[in-house]
Amino acid sequence: MKTLRIGCGAGYSGDRIEPAVELAEKGDLDYLVFECLAERTIALAQLDRLSNPKGGYDPLLLERMRRVLPFVHGSAGRGRRLRVITNMGAANPAQAAKAVAELATYLGFTGLRIVALRGDDVLATLQANPEYRLDNGQCLADLGNRLVSANAYLGVDGIVGALAADADIVITGRVADPSLFLAPQIFEFGWALDDWARLGQGTLTGHLLECAGQITGGYFADPGRKHVPDLARLGFPIAQIDSSGQATLTKVHGSGGRIDRATCTEQVLYEVHDPACYLTPDVSADFSTVDFRETGENQVLAFGAIGQAKPEHLKVSVGFLDGWIGEGQMAYGGPNAVARAQLAGEIVQERLRLMGVPVQEVRVDLIGMNALYGDTLTSGCEPSEVRLRVTARCATQDQAVQIGNEVETLYTNGPAGGGGASKQVRHVVAVASLLLPRSAVALELIEEVS
Amino acid sequence: MKVSTLADLAHARTGDKGDTSNISVIAYRAEDYALLRERVTAEAVAAHFKGLLGPAASQVRRYELPQLNALNFVLPGMLKGGVTRSLALDAHGKTLGAALLALAL
Repeated sequence: MKTLRIGCGAGYSGDRIEPAVELAEKGDLDYLVFECLAERTIALAQLDRLSNPKGGYDPLLLERMRRVLPFVHGSAGRGRRLRVITNMGAANPAQAAKAVAELATYLGFTGLRIVALRGDDVLATLQANPEYRLDNGQCLADLGNRLVSANAYLGVDGIVGALAADADIVITGRVADPSLFLAPQIFEFGWALDDWARLGQGTLTGHLLECAGQITGGYFADPGRKHVPDLARLGFPIAQIDSSGQATLTKVHGSGGRIDRATCTEQVLYEVHDPACYLTPDVSADFSTVDFRETGENQVLAFGAIGQAKPEHLKVSVGFLDGWIGEGQMAYGGPNAVARAQLAGEIVQERLRLMGVPVQEVRVDLIGMNALYGDTLTSGCEPSEVRLRVTARCATQDQAVQIGNEVETLYTNGPAGGGGASKQVRHVVAVASLLLPRSAVALELIEEVS
Repeated sequence: MKVSTLADLAHARTGDKGDTSNISVIAYRAEDYALLRERVTAEAVAAHFKGLLGPAASQVRRYELPQLNALNFVLPGMLKGGVTRSLALDAHGKTLGAALLALAL
């Protein structure tokens, strides 16, 4: 019986690279998938593209490809052909494909088909329909020129088309994360696009893989309670899948980490709300009866997912500029540290009032005391060191800069013994969503050959 | 075994979507799941996070996955504007699951 081996080489844009190389080299994979787009990443990439028409794709794309291309190109001699699927095209998949083709040619890996998928970018459609409303109630017209990006979450269709066109590397923009993994299963096993039970099971496998190390023992260790061996050499996951969609999850033998019922259970519920209704563009997947069986060391069978018909509309992630956030921090230690840090926070707020800095929202935390959980969950005992953090939302960059400046001036003007000041300012790109009919999206494949 | 907090019986992971946080609570041992189901109710979780949730406390929901000895809590409004707008140090709310494990049983 035919089996398919899919590995996940990245769970976010900045993820470690060498576990992906380990997968390409030793994972005996058919597909290596890199999932690198978080909610806000594509809006930031769109800003990058506005300032540089040849930019807008993932900053690590070329480094990741440089490291794995030898295994993609050399696959003829390995018995298994290795193909790559990634959403590192971000706001500019076409340019990303061109850059990868140029890199492959430069490295001497010729004859590779690199296919870009376009169609997720629906900014022009939204700009033409300013009456549309976001899920937060805001009307697009109110955003005006602050609207910077709008990307529909695509499903499997374009990727399946690219694989059918014999792509070695498929580069997309916004695609629902599990769809990156479901597409090769549909293509290889010939599943019908309304075979909801299999699509549900294949989506489960994608969901388990999509955060890479989060299922192989990453984000899991808790000394004395949950032990994970060799986290510094954490291996990334592999799913070995049969034609019914049942998947055995594992990792490269000898790599760090662990994969078992406990790590799989944490990951299956990660970012899931109602487990019976996990919506993707491809299927309404039902994880409520999913179960895991350990079939060997670092080997887990995942089964029991089903599905119902896919949603009618596509979710669109909308990025818009939303002012500036300024921040400053200063540390206090020793006897009475908390009282001095509290006084410092009061001084900064009073200074912002005196200087007439218009802040829309301000927040004062003592890191080590109440920054994560407010005052309600603290233990009551005073730490011997704390770090004041003042952060505020402002309309302009100049105003936001003053937040950090007012914290920094505590050095010579504030309470005794403050040290280690830091400050930063960032332009806020907020994200909201809306729904669009599927007919509003037109897919396009662009092929480059190295 | 003397049990004092949820951390003695369960582990947890937190995820975020928009301004909604979800926290899974998973029993280490199958025989403890019934106790978790009885004690770690949506109301208990809402009360634990009352100071952070404010009026959103009434919206906390719980889903049960007995075959996995797991509960999944969904906390709409927990992340105050979501990852992209929040002024919080941990805008994703990634550290919330650990705080839930401090729940007294």
